[in-house]
Amino acid sequence: MTTQQRNFLQSLRDFFCSLKLTLFLLISLAVLSIIGTIIPQGRLPEEYIAQIGPARMKIYTSIGFFDMYHSWWFILLLCLLTINLISCSIKRLPHIWKIISQPVTVLGSSLEKSLANIATIQISGDQKVLKEEISLFLKNEFAEPIMSETDGDVHLFAQKMPWCRLSVYVVHLSVIVIFIGAIIGSIFGYKGYVNIPEGESVSRIMLRSEKELDLGFSLRLEQFTVAKYATGAPKEFKSILTVLENGRPVPDYTNARVIVNDPLTYKGITFYQSSYGNAGSYFFTVSSMDGKTTTPLTLDSNSSATLPDGSSMHVLEATDDVSQFIPQYSGPAAQVEIHTPEGASEKVVVFANFPELNIQHAKEHKNGLVLQYKGTQKKMYTGLQVAKDPGVWIVWIGCFLMVCGVYSAFFLSHRRIWVRIQEGAATMGGNVSKNQGAFQNTFDDLVAKLNNHLAKEKQQ
Amino acid sequence: MNSSMLFNITTFTYLVSMLAFFAFLASRSKISGTVAISCAYGGLLAQTVAIGLRWKESYDMGVGHAPLSNLYESVVFFSWTIVLIYLLLDIKYTYRVIGAFVMPFALLGMAWAQIGLNTGIEPLVPALQSNWLLYHVITCFLGYAAFAVACGISIMYLIRANHDENGQEAGDGSMMGMFPPIKVLDDLNYRSIMIGFPLLTLGIITGAAWANYAWGTYWSWDPKETWSLIVWFVYAAFLHARITKGWVGRRAAWLSIIGFAATIFCYLGVNLFLSGLHSYGGGK
Ligand code: HEM
Repeated sequence: MTTQQRNFLQSLRDFFCSLKLTLFLLISLAVLSIIGTIIPQGRLPEEYIAQIGPARMKIYTSIGFFDMYHSWWFILLLCLLTINLISCSIKRLPHIWKIISQPVTVLGSSLEKSLANIATIQISGDQKVLKEEISLFLKNEFAEPIMSETDGDVHLFAQKMPWCRLSVYVVHLSVIVIFIGAIIGSIFGYKGYVNIPEGESVSRIMLRSEKELDLGFSLRLEQFTVAKYATGAPKEFKSILTVLENGRPVPDYTNARVIVNDPLTYKGITFYQSSYGNAGSYFFTVSSMDGKTTTPLTLDSNSSATLPDGSSMHVLEATDDVSQFIPQYSGPAAQVEIHTPEGASEKVVVFANFPELNIQHAKEHKNGLVLQYKGTQKKMYTGLQVAKDPGVWIVWIGCFLMVCGVYSAFFLSHRRIWVRIQEGAATMGGNVSKNQGAFQNTFDDLVAKLNNHLAKEKQQ
Repeated sequence: MNSSMLFNITTFTYLVSMLAFFAFLASRSKISGTVAISCAYGGLLAQTVAIGLRWKESYDMGVGHAPLSNLYESVVFFSWTIVLIYLLLDIKYTYRVIGAFVMPFALLGMAWAQIGLNTGIEPLVPALQSNWLLYHVITCFLGYAAFAVACGISIMYLIRANHDENGQEAGDGSMMGMFPPIKVLDDLNYRSIMIGFPLLTLGIITGAAWANYAWGTYWSWDPKETWSLIVWFVYAAFLHARITKGWVGRRAAWLSIIGFAATIFCYLGVNLFLSGLHSYGGGK
């Protein structure tokens, strides 16, 4: 490797290990995330064009503003954050690990100078006895000490919670664990939706990507109901569902209740109450002008039928009492839309109680077909969100690690006490990884207690 | 006595507390300080009872739910958490004057809620009928409250730092003499955020858990979710700024203030200016 290469690698390493980069990345992510909260994400292109015009629409699309949280630059920032996190941690971990696994058990003079908490206690008596005495004291009041001897001096070392120095790394690891969970979910999971009319069963769902997916079992909607409060505000949307394997109901999944905030999970696939609507059928007859031939016609709310003259028809809306829309008439009526083969379309109101109006309309339009509305059969459909996410448990594990890590990083500390026993004096030193102020009090307490303790022992 | 009267008493008590804190700051009289802190305790007590009463009243009306379900109730709860966190900090660190910079937030919340918002108890819409609502809202607001306290402390930091830099002596008689030294303020700022950050983290996680439970996605980049993440990024930056040379002190104080501004936007601004799934807390 040439010096130049080494310099380059060195500066690359420094760049990725720098906490300034961390600040830059965190603040950039914060600022850039704002964009996606102002520009609505993932709408249809037509909506954008209507709002901002085609020219800006084109620019924004190429930058990725309409799906910015999946744009290359946002993902790049997240990748940089991950690299930054890993390199920073790797750089510091060996040092921290050494503090934990190879504690300095001897209170030498250079260590003594570096400690913020130091106290000297006058002692007298047999060193052997004192050694046992102080060791027992530390064990009772602080933590079990390690004893060693150098140059005739006795050293005691005791520590509490050395592992909590790792909590920051647990936090950082948790970020990566959450990313892994999210990636697994986006590769192996899916999100979709399905509409099921009452009494019918489906086995295929529509994915967000507009592809169809076969579930491998079917789901039947037994009933859908909406409950309301006295005020008219919605209280509960409820679907009663049955899972069918090979057409047979699965015992524990028969007549299962699904409401908002209480989904149904079967074979790792979860169904959520999300929307509902009318899936009823509408009945019509189509007659020729002379009334000689009459054929029945049944339509449901989202299908269309072809009429004898080649035009197609679908129902826009139906009502039991048309007087609320057209005051001079009453009784059931349906508003339908008819598309002629020539490409024209028109909206027509078809009545149940006023055949003469239906005939009059047919005359005006010269197509020779008289439509007659015969009523409707009410039926609801339920709209369910469908999701499968095998990565979600990894995300929860990451979240758990993060919470534990953050709490222990903030509220726990690694505390160390050294005692050097020499002829006539014991020197006690203390160190803490965090929160020096609180430790100062603990340390002073400990010194005072040891003083008392030794004085009492001597009197006995 | 009903909850609404008690909430009015709370608001008035917070007003007295705030004015007494100002008097304490200006006059250094011990009595003002005692009045101020006593009113803060009294107000918190009245408010606690009032929140409990409102909870009970909702059951009496037959629509029983915790009083955390609309903008009014959340603003009241926010104000409660601010006073709670401040008093906890006061018990632990006894820098009483901080109240002069924190109580205004609590008073503002209560006054706005009582005067400007619809105080009626409403039944819960299906989307909010979940225990997760409780965990999610409580953790978020405790976190927000800690950030409010940190923001108050940061403002004090900047005032005191400017004053110190102008070379004026913070004599014993002056108002500045009442301010803790900037080192202490810096530390208290950090400590408040140390309380707030884990709570916000829990708030985001409980929110994600709820979303996953109710909608099947723990994260959908809805504006409210995104803004809570923005707030989280800012405070994560704050925590790292503290261990970076050249970023301590003034810049950290600014980050804390920006963080709280983002918090408020996340809480109110998103509902007022942006659209999304969290209709909760919106409008009336
Ligand atoms: C670019 C990514 C990141 C890098 C490079 C990074 C690096 C670091 C470093 C070097 C430390 C100091 C460790 C020490 O003092 O021994 C630290 C502390 C910490 N980091 Fe990160 N970090 C990153 C992202 C995050 C994120 C996203 C969080 C979110 C929770 C986080 C939370 C913390 C916490 C809580 C501390 C302890 C701070 C304190 O004790 O005041 N870090 N980080």
